[in-house]
Amino acid sequence: MITLVKRPMPSRFWSFTTPVLAVIATMIAGGVLFAILGKDPVAAIKVIFYDPLFGPNAAYFRGQLLVKAGPLILIAAGLAVGFRAGIWNIGAEGQYIIGALAGASVALAAFPAESHWLFPAMVVAGALGGWIWGMIPAVLRVLFGTSEILVSLMLVYVAQSFLAWAAFGPLKNPEGYGFPGSRNLQQYPSAHNPELIAGTGMHWGVVAAFVAVIATYVLMSRHIAGFRIRVAGEAPRAARFAGVLPAKLVMFCLGLSGALAGLAGMFEVAGPSGQITDSFNAGYGFTAIIVAFLGRLNAIGILLAGLLMALTYIGGDMAQLMLGLPTAAIQVFQGMLLFFLLGFDLLTQYRLRVGKGSK
Amino acid sequence: MIGGIDIVTLIAALMAASTPVLLAATGELVAEKAGVLNLGVEGMMIVGAVAGFAMAVTTGSPVLGFAGGALAGALLACLFALLTQVFLSNQTATGLALTLFGLGLSALVGKGFEGVRPPPTGKMPFGPLADLPVIGPILFGHDWMVYVSLALVAGVWAFLKYARLGLILRAVGENHDAAHALGYRVIALRCAALAFGGALAGLGGAYLSLVRVPQWTEGMTAGAGWIALAIVVFASWRAERVLIGAYMFGGITALQLQLQAAGYAIPVHFLTMAPYVITVLVLVILSATHRHGAPAAPAALGRSFHASS
Repeated sequence: MITLVKRPMPSRFWSFTTPVLAVIATMIAGGVLFAILGKDPVAAIKVIFYDPLFGPNAAYFRGQLLVKAGPLILIAAGLAVGFRAGIWNIGAEGQYIIGALAGASVALAAFPAESHWLFPAMVVAGALGGWIWGMIPAVLRVLFGTSEILVSLMLVYVAQSFLAWAAFGPLKNPEGYGFPGSRNLQQYPSAHNPELIAGTGMHWGVVAAFVAVIATYVLMSRHIAGFRIRVAGEAPRAARFAGVLPAKLVMFCLGLSGALAGLAGMFEVAGPSGQITDSFNAGYGFTAIIVAFLGRLNAIGILLAGLLMALTYIGGDMAQLMLGLPTAAIQVFQGMLLFFLLGFDLLTQYRLRVGKGSK
Repeated sequence: MIGGIDIVTLIAALMAASTPVLLAATGELVAEKAGVLNLGVEGMMIVGAVAGFAMAVTTGSPVLGFAGGALAGALLACLFALLTQVFLSNQTATGLALTLFGLGLSALVGKGFEGVRPPPTGKMPFGPLADLPVIGPILFGHDWMVYVSLALVAGVWAFLKYARLGLILRAVGENHDAAHALGYRVIALRCAALAFGGALAGLGGAYLSLVRVPQWTEGMTAGAGWIALAIVVFASWRAERVLIGAYMFGGITALQLQLQAAGYAIPVHFLTMAPYVITVLVLVILSATHRHGAPAAPAALGRSFHASS
């Protein structure tokens, strides 16, 4: 008989080890899944995890790594702050869309004027758009006690409809020969978010992601606000006695994660994606939730988790090309990773005792 | 006819439009009454949708299809139960994981079923009753699943209100420590409630793919699972109000579709937005009015139970 004994403090050793264990378990379970789909599991795992980094065309894929990891890290860094405080913003996808729309709208309004101020203005607009979309659930929760989980999620669908409307309506390229979608910002020098160092995939969004990682790290481990956020998440009653205002906390966390998600969307639409279409959003807002948990809601962890998750995207694309593995298989793979992670987390919080547990 | 909208058709359409969310919300109600918050409704629904569809298409029987959908939803819920009840993981995070996993899994399984038509689900044979004016199409003109869903709501209502097991379930949801001290098996009961909730979510999903749409498309639940969660909140955790909530929501969806068909000069994208915006508004109104009333949520909702703590 195995009994569980709660640890007085979460184990530091296991909190570092469980993500690694979860990744290994996912690889095994994923291998089984690939075998069921009739693919060679070892080859599939190699194509997904090894070839993009060290395979024959690795130089190209390594660049893609940062392109995919940038938005994931940027969004997850913001989400993790809220998750730490027990504030669940799961509508990052919507904030990402609105940020992209806001940024692109500024650029398209200014078209074809060239100015050094345009790109900074787009950055501000993107952050502001995401912030506003994040503040809706925050304000509703503060004023009325509405669940931020449900509201932020509902707003994803609202944002998606809004995006479709914009792509077919006001933002549609007037010279697009009737095709849906906006002008391509990659062909508009002032608004373009270019690759900064050729071949690396580094663009301003990736820079912003690194800045966000450092900033949230400092915030959470060196600043009183971060301490308050952690207390509020771990011991809400104690936090209230310590004078933490729940209202301020909700607004801060949802506003911050909204702004960062909005930024991610804006950098994406001005850079790698280039134009607003009704389906330009690739689900980064949802995958970022996995990234945040895989990184143990810790800034440095998120950096690594974002890179790993980006690898599964790129490897998944490669596996689709080379082995005919369906794209959805990668989505299942990412979902499994989160399951294993949450399951193994037991080891961080509890001690396993084999034999008769002392009650 | 009011403004190009046929009221009888609207009410008849409303009942079919509400059935998926009604089923899912009723299932979630039972799980939440037992004190477990399963945010994976969307994932269970979509897996139910694809499993039910695949089952119905391969066997040619919609009945087996619905059974398959319910089973798939229940299996996914068991996974959630294993993680949250045995491995004591965070319920919010695990629910999200279930949704993300379910969306991926359904897309994977559904690849071979795109563009296929499912076998038709039969209408309930009411004979001449269905030909009655007004009442006929509203009350007697539906497929049998609509009546099953109504029976399930009534069953859940009676179970929670009158059955001894229902009382125990509610006790577990209100105070799991006290229930445990009285000798009730908290974990087992919660797992059962979750499985039941998953089965109903799967059934709701299968209704979407087999009757409502009827075909399989990726991501076809489009937030219906989340709306089901919102309806449970709206219903203040009471079965009879779940019915009202789901039918209100279904009414908005049906009205929205009819407005599109009637050719009103409202952009389509704003109409598709409407159900989600209205869900948010209803949540706001409800939270605002309930602020100072008695808290309606089960007291142990979302909290893990560990016997030695």
